[in-house]
Amino acid sequence: MITWLLEPLSHDFMVRALLVSALVGGVCGLLSCYMTLKGWALMGDAVSHAVLPGVVLAYALGLPFSLGAFVFGVGSVTAIGFVKQKSRVKEDTVIGLVFTGFFALGLVLVSKTRSNIDLTHILFGNVLGISQADIQQTLLISALVVAVLLLLRRDLLLFCFDPTHARSIGINTGLLHYVLLSVLSLAAVAGLQSVGIILVVAMLVTPGATAYLLTDRFDRMTLLAITSSVLASLLGVIISYWSDSSTAGCIVLVQTGLFLLAFLFAPRHGIFRQHPEIGA
Amino acid sequence: MRIEADQVCVDYNGRVALYDASLHLPAGSICGLVGMNGAGKSTLFKALTGFVRPSRGRIRINGQRVAQAQREQAVAYVPQSESIDCGFPVSVWDVVMMGRYGAMNLLRIPRQSDRIAVRDALERVDLLELRHRPIGSLSGGQRKRAFLARAIAQRASVLLLDEPFNGVDVRTEKLMAELFLQLRRDGRTILISTHDLSHVRDFCDLVVLINKTVLAYGETSEVFTPENLELTFGGMPPNLLTGPSSAEEPEP
Repeated sequence: MITWLLEPLSHDFMVRALLVSALVGGVCGLLSCYMTLKGWALMGDAVSHAVLPGVVLAYALGLPFSLGAFVFGVGSVTAIGFVKQKSRVKEDTVIGLVFTGFFALGLVLVSKTRSNIDLTHILFGNVLGISQADIQQTLLISALVVAVLLLLRRDLLLFCFDPTHARSIGINTGLLHYVLLSVLSLAAVAGLQSVGIILVVAMLVTPGATAYLLTDRFDRMTLLAITSSVLASLLGVIISYWSDSSTAGCIVLVQTGLFLLAFLFAPRHGIFRQHPEIGA
Repeated sequence: MRIEADQVCVDYNGRVALYDASLHLPAGSICGLVGMNGAGKSTLFKALTGFVRPSRGRIRINGQRVAQAQREQAVAYVPQSESIDCGFPVSVWDVVMMGRYGAMNLLRIPRQSDRIAVRDALERVDLLELRHRPIGSLSGGQRKRAFLARAIAQRASVLLLDEPFNGVDVRTEKLMAELFLQLRRDGRTILISTHDLSHVRDFCDLVVLINKTVLAYGETSEVFTPENLELTFGGMPPNLLTGPSSAEEPEP
């Protein structure tokens, strides 16, 4: 067991991969609490896919890819909001068509730009081969996301719980909406480092859902989400090392496994432990 | 005047929800807002809480614009308990503390005075013992009281209540009626949206009849005429009108 855990650490690339994916896991885990409570899973999926053209363009222009991803992430959300408001098409339909449009644009751009972008790395992550520059960007993004989420945690919680009340006491809910979406775009960029665009939504939803089954207190929920997400990232990377399989797949599978455990055995909300609510 | 609305129009993307609505409500009153579903009750509430901006007309609360009134914590909104996600991981205490956010600094760190206000509000709605319980574990009536406590903790001068008597047990209804009287004595103005006419007769000094616009408002005894109600309910007066006060709803 000890060797199973320690042997991977003798490789520099594995140490880097473990650290980066744990960091990204923690950041996405924190954000996932707001995503699940706000019901923004689909929005997370949309934003993470929509950043593709931004990433490609940034690479082609030699800019930091997080910048491009951020612009297109927020751009897609603005487009969704605009089309929803100006047409009679329902929101989930608008989300579906906007993000696939952005994603398709990204695919075409990848095939048209002569650069050394490896599409599979963007789509499925490449945490084992992450570069020094990418690590720095991820650190920066993570610090920013965590700072915003911690400073605004009570406002964001209220915004998710009861936006009408938030509004009526003078909190700018429109601004909070866009802050949360911006943070989501940034976290999606960080997440695609470790698991890639396709699976990043799992990082943004699963830990929050797992924690939600385990507690009725928000503070504990954030701690549990972060813990389960970091644990899943570390275990996933190590399992992928020993089984020589997709790192992204392993990380997300462990996350799904943790969710299943909570789903079955959670003290109050697991299906084996459910008892009728007792009113007082 | 606590609330002044003059010729207020609200439309959503061209669909008119409220036009030419005018009403003036004094401090220290309990006012019923009566109308059918879709008559514009919630639109009027949204305009008063600043959630929608009127396309025409003017609203003043305590003589101030809505945005300024919001900053001074003048308006509290008590939602229908059904409109709240009951699985949300917050305790009763957390919910009532949310009433104090507007008075706190930007990090929303509660001070002693905030904790006292929350404790006091919980005592007044008789929920102090349940303060650590998750909001979702309360009964409908208790949950309603928790949101009422939030409005009390906020110390708002205007309270907007959305269908407060829906699915509420007898105990809660009594407690709320007492609280309304206390709040009126403190000079607060309570606006109750409801379609249950018997409650209006029992609790409200004033009544506002609404159907896309304010049809009539004033003393309940004067405004609550069969003709006005027929106008409000589109020629189909509800049978509540003629019957005695409706039976107590059993606790679900």
